[in-house]
Amino acid sequence: MDLYEYQGKELFSRYGIPVSEGRLATTPEEAGSAAEALGGPVVVKAQVLTGGRGKAGGIKLAETPADAEERAREILGLDIRGHVVAKVWVERASEIANEYYLSLTFDRSAKRPLFMFTTQGGVDVEEVAASSPDALVRLHVHPLEGFQPWHGRRLVHDGGVTDPAERKQITAISGRLYAAFVGCEAMLCEINPLIVTTDGEVRALDSKFTVDDNALFRQPEIAAMRDAGAADPLEALAREKGVTYVKLDGDVGVLGNGAGLTMSTVDVVSFVGGRAANFCDLGGGGDAQGVVDALEVITSDSQVRAITFNIFGGITRCDEVARGILQALGQMGSELPVVVRLDGTNAEEGRRLLQAGPENVFVEATMLDGARKAVELAAAA
Amino acid sequence: MAILVDTDTRLVVQGLTGSEGRFHGLRNKAYGTNVVAGVTPGKGGQDVEGIPVFDSVAAAVREAGANTALVFVPAPFAADAIYEAVDSGVGTVVCITEGVPAHEMLRIHAYIAGRDVVLVGPNCPGVLSPGKANVGIIPAEIFREGSVGLVSRSGTLTYQIGHELTQLGLGNSTIVGVGGDPIVGTSFVDILALFEADPQTEQVVLVGEIGGDEEEKAGAFIEDEMTKSVVAYIAGFTAPPGKTMGHAGAIVSGSAGTAQAKKEALEARGIRVGTTPTETAGLVAELIRA
Repeated sequence: MDLYEYQGKELFSRYGIPVSEGRLATTPEEAGSAAEALGGPVVVKAQVLTGGRGKAGGIKLAETPADAEERAREILGLDIRGHVVAKVWVERASEIANEYYLSLTFDRSAKRPLFMFTTQGGVDVEEVAASSPDALVRLHVHPLEGFQPWHGRRLVHDGGVTDPAERKQITAISGRLYAAFVGCEAMLCEINPLIVTTDGEVRALDSKFTVDDNALFRQPEIAAMRDAGAADPLEALAREKGVTYVKLDGDVGVLGNGAGLTMSTVDVVSFVGGRAANFCDLGGGGDAQGVVDALEVITSDSQVRAITFNIFGGITRCDEVARGILQALGQMGSELPVVVRLDGTNAEEGRRLLQAGPENVFVEATMLDGARKAVELAAAA
Repeated sequence: MAILVDTDTRLVVQGLTGSEGRFHGLRNKAYGTNVVAGVTPGKGGQDVEGIPVFDSVAAAVREAGANTALVFVPAPFAADAIYEAVDSGVGTVVCITEGVPAHEMLRIHAYIAGRDVVLVGPNCPGVLSPGKANVGIIPAEIFREGSVGLVSRSGTLTYQIGHELTQLGLGNSTIVGVGGDPIVGTSFVDILALFEADPQTEQVVLVGEIGGDEEEKAGAFIEDEMTKSVVAYIAGFTAPPGKTMGHAGAIVSGSAGTAQAKKEALEARGIRVGTTPTETAGLVAELIRA
């Protein structure tokens, strides 16, 4: 789960990482009063779960409260890479002397948390890694050792920070960032830029914070930060119904059982010249209610012209799945063409049941044929 | 032979008295797996259709001689169950549970490194050696005994490919689901090493998916260390970046972990990659006939 900048900063602040004082606003007027309360020049920042805000005009400086209100009016409602801005963060403007970069990521390959630090902040870190790899310090932390002050000393020393006061602050911030990373069960905590003000104070000017979905059951405060309005409406509906669903941009609805098989089905649809409208995983089973919920989500997408079901019956028998599909279609009354491919335990019985079903149900013997037929039907619709 | 589980397996099921644990534990037993014990704290002394239940894994090891543990406990308690199994001295732990927090797995992975234990999973279908033992939730009926080792990050996709192999008249030595989480106990490379050393296994099918770099590491291992032929399949060519595709670990992060990159990395090392599950099974058949 990705957090907004202001949510990440709230967590930073709880762990003792300095951030600029700010207020959240959802209307231009609120932004104006936030600027009033903060006093002096402020920065109005779009809160969206995507990068590239600055270039898209989502971050603006305002000298006065009236100015802040105007800037918020421009930013609210802006479409940034498909994300419409509904909230802005108004924070006290900073006098910046230097911009650094500090992050902790979940390094799957090394199976350890990875610190990255560079004094070339404010830019894309992948660019720094590519153009001047020596400027980027990479340091793993052993999960059972945890953060030790030497990690912080290594980061600032190898990163080439010479000022003793800066070194001290960054060492402390790196320890606190590690505590936030572990305490919040994050997959990513990124501060870009980590600024040094003209007064020599080190602060997080931005935050990128991603928390492990599997840990949300024991991170209730973070789970409560989820903004249902930010998700794609179809994905929000799926979440509500407990359906594993990812919206894609084609016209062939895809349902499979199991993540791998479903991903493979989406690939095969594309391989035969079509485009999947979604990824939808029924899970290992395939009971009628699960099928009804999934179909409801898939058919809510007006782009869908045909649906391909790809079911491999293991412990769940194909005849049970076929009954579930027929019951679901009966309940739904959908007339969209549905192509079903069943394989595995009791597949023949399942196919026989479906062949005797409604006219918009087509039975195919293989995954490839099922995808081909659905693509053909979608094109003809 | 076969790997990880066989006729010497003496299985303890952690969570045997729960609905999933009971259903699959009894299925594993019906298949012929030597299920010697169950563990549910507080229910020691009871039994599940004749399988004795103990309060701790240590008691199951001491009193029933368990050497392999199968974890079916819910995600909030799974890490505890894995540590308990490891600390009780079993040699193999298979964790089916989905939803174990990634930070728990970071610590568990570091904890078991260097210990004499193999952890398969979590979020995996388990391990099946056809004709010998089934530990987990793999539907054994669709597989036959044979010479093809199968290792995968996915469940039903593995069944699909196994089923296609069966229809081509081929069988499997062992099927291992390593799990769909970002960090799992046993990686592709660990399993490939076991297959390379296993006399029953003659060819291997590797089923990967988007996310991480375990397929790339496997490619290097296959080229440098293996004499047996390996065929691969990768799922998720059309997955958009930044979206978790069902498995917690199936995510393209920025430009890292794409199916295309994995395919290219494997092919660059001379490993054939099927475009569909059917074609992949066909490639194995070609290898065997060749």
